[in-house]
Amino acid sequence: MFKLSGYNFKFCILFQIIFVLFFSISAFAAGEQKRVQKHDWTFAGIFGHYDDAQLQRGFQVYREVCSSCHSMNYVYYRNLAEEGGPGFTVEEVKVIASEDMIIDGPDDYGEMFERPGKPSDTFVSPYANQNEARASNGGAYPPDFSVLAKARSTLRGFPWWFVDLFTGYQEQGVDYIYALLNGYSEPPDDFILQSGMHYNEYYPGNQIAMGQPLYEESVEYADGTAASVEQMAEDVSAFMMWAAEPKLEIRKQMGFKVAIFLFVLAGLLYYSKKKIWARIEH
Amino acid sequence: MSKESTYIPKSGFSKWFDQRLPLPRMLHDNINAFPTPRNLNYWYTFGGILTFCLVTQIVTGIVLAMHYTADAGLAFASVEHIMRNVNYGWLIRYIHAVGASMFFLAVYVHIFRGLYYGSYKAPREILWILGVVIYLLMVITAFMGYVLPWGQMSFWGATVITNLFSVIPVVGTTITEWLWGGFAVDNATLKRFFSLHYLMPFMIFGVVILHIWSLHVTGNNNPVGVSVKEKQDTVPFAPYYTVKDAFSLVCFLILFAWFIFFNPNILGHTDNYIMADPLVTPAHIVPEWYLLPFYAILRAIPSKLGGVLVMGAAIAILFILPWLDTSKVRSATFRPLYKQFYWIFVVNCIALGYLGSQNPEGLFLVASRICTAYYFIHFLLVLPILGLVEKPKPIPESITKAVLEKMEIRNMKEKSAEA
Repeated sequence: MFKLSGYNFKFCILFQIIFVLFFSISAFAAGEQKRVQKHDWTFAGIFGHYDDAQLQRGFQVYREVCSSCHSMNYVYYRNLAEEGGPGFTVEEVKVIASEDMIIDGPDDYGEMFERPGKPSDTFVSPYANQNEARASNGGAYPPDFSVLAKARSTLRGFPWWFVDLFTGYQEQGVDYIYALLNGYSEPPDDFILQSGMHYNEYYPGNQIAMGQPLYEESVEYADGTAASVEQMAEDVSAFMMWAAEPKLEIRKQMGFKVAIFLFVLAGLLYYSKKKIWARIEH
Repeated sequence: MSKESTYIPKSGFSKWFDQRLPLPRMLHDNINAFPTPRNLNYWYTFGGILTFCLVTQIVTGIVLAMHYTADAGLAFASVEHIMRNVNYGWLIRYIHAVGASMFFLAVYVHIFRGLYYGSYKAPREILWILGVVIYLLMVITAFMGYVLPWGQMSFWGATVITNLFSVIPVVGTTITEWLWGGFAVDNATLKRFFSLHYLMPFMIFGVVILHIWSLHVTGNNNPVGVSVKEKQDTVPFAPYYTVKDAFSLVCFLILFAWFIFFNPNILGHTDNYIMADPLVTPAHIVPEWYLLPFYAILRAIPSKLGGVLVMGAAIAILFILPWLDTSKVRSATFRPLYKQFYWIFVVNCIALGYLGSQNPEGLFLVASRICTAYYFIHFLLVLPILGLVEKPKPIPESITKAVLEKMEIRNMKEKSAEA
């Protein structure tokens, strides 16, 4: 064993470890939850950016379907007009906000009152509190959508979790949401579904309290896009990604400037280093 | 290696100042003129990188603390407030969060470099021990920092780790409740963790100063492990190592920036974007990647008390490492057997990290136990025995000789390539 040279030895060991890990994972990963497929998103990758029209459609789906149960407590109406968002104008946002009624107060007489929303309000919540939300949904709490796209993931397994570090794949959460919305089907014959639950092939354990939320033509898109389930699922998933990561575009753009700066600086320092070290033998 | 000062005050003012507070003299002698072995490779640039990481964490942390609210009901929302409403808050938070991972990446490179070149051996035992103290403080600070966003992993991680103290016989429960400030991880726990998370980086900073002081007394180790003997073995720190460290730092920053701008959440756990809920336990509670090896060790031991003790021993053993390694030769370059065991140890540590991320059952548990056992075998059996049985390769007379020899070989290779 000690006759191997250092290099060969290292590679031998590394190779064996990787080999064993890879197979142990493939063997263990065979659960019942279906693998989520990678979807094509405009905001993925280093050049990623949101598609305004898609975010506007997604917002429409959220508003007309999801918002009857799901809150979005950290998102403000004003965000809809901000850079890197769905691209509504300030005027449009004022109208959108005013369509929701906000409970405000107390006023000078100590009373709470209702008023139309303003851009500086957060999205109005469908329920007064978590208890009411549970009571209205058979005990299940419909999670807040604000950061949900970052709070969900998919099982990647080896070697993908390692590859993801260097490909910048950060869309596991939104891939999962898209898959889930398309994942409703009749349960297999031998599957015992509890009452009030629904079968979904992507949900952990395959039983989800939320009934299928999207059907053909659930919404009538303002821009005339055909509202298939896949289309709506894709649009609302993208909208949720924006809600969770509203600074994604500015982040990636700034990343490019920083990278260019650092590469130039590294180049200058490399040649400075070479020049200085040329003075001595090394 | 106490050296004579080479500082010469130039102006009347600097003479006047030097007689009253020789701060410029101290900086000159310790930074500009500090004699550094001429053969340090890029693995030796991580000390500078780590200093940069510490300062970055402190600066971004101070800004975050201006906007963060340490309250169980408000903490999660205040982090989202930073991400959405504070000017460049997203950038500052991502630098801080990714920065923690980069800090640990750099410290692991730094530690494993020390292990490879035998930097813990005489006369650098104190230098090494101070380094282990810094690492320990880093682990505690990072753990407390991870609790602050008050997500699910924050809460349950804090619950698992603080519960470890309950295994102490007789007083365990009392100590745990004292740590919590109540009967469970709650608001009081969050507030004290915030307070301590703010305090500890300054403690780290203090120990870093001692670490550098000790380094400047003993001088740097170097890749051939031969002590500095004459003046030509060294070069002044500036400009030789300032420029080399700067180049290395910028390369490191490229990786840093990659994660901040293009992959900021991959190193964290998605469950931490769910607000802490004491009634819902996550499917898998795992620490951040940099603590996974210790988590694997903790769970490899069938008894809770045993697991805690062995995990503690895994760090504690580093303190006595200088006396476990019986070889007089520092650098692994001249230790053919140690070099191989070193790489086995590296792979073993990576394997422990991987096992820490998996459920401790079936083959994973068996593997965790084997790797944990090997971790200790390396320190307690391999290192002491190796020093006695190993026949080291011939060691160069001096750093300068080693450098010149290497140059000659390189030149010969170039010539034969031309021919």
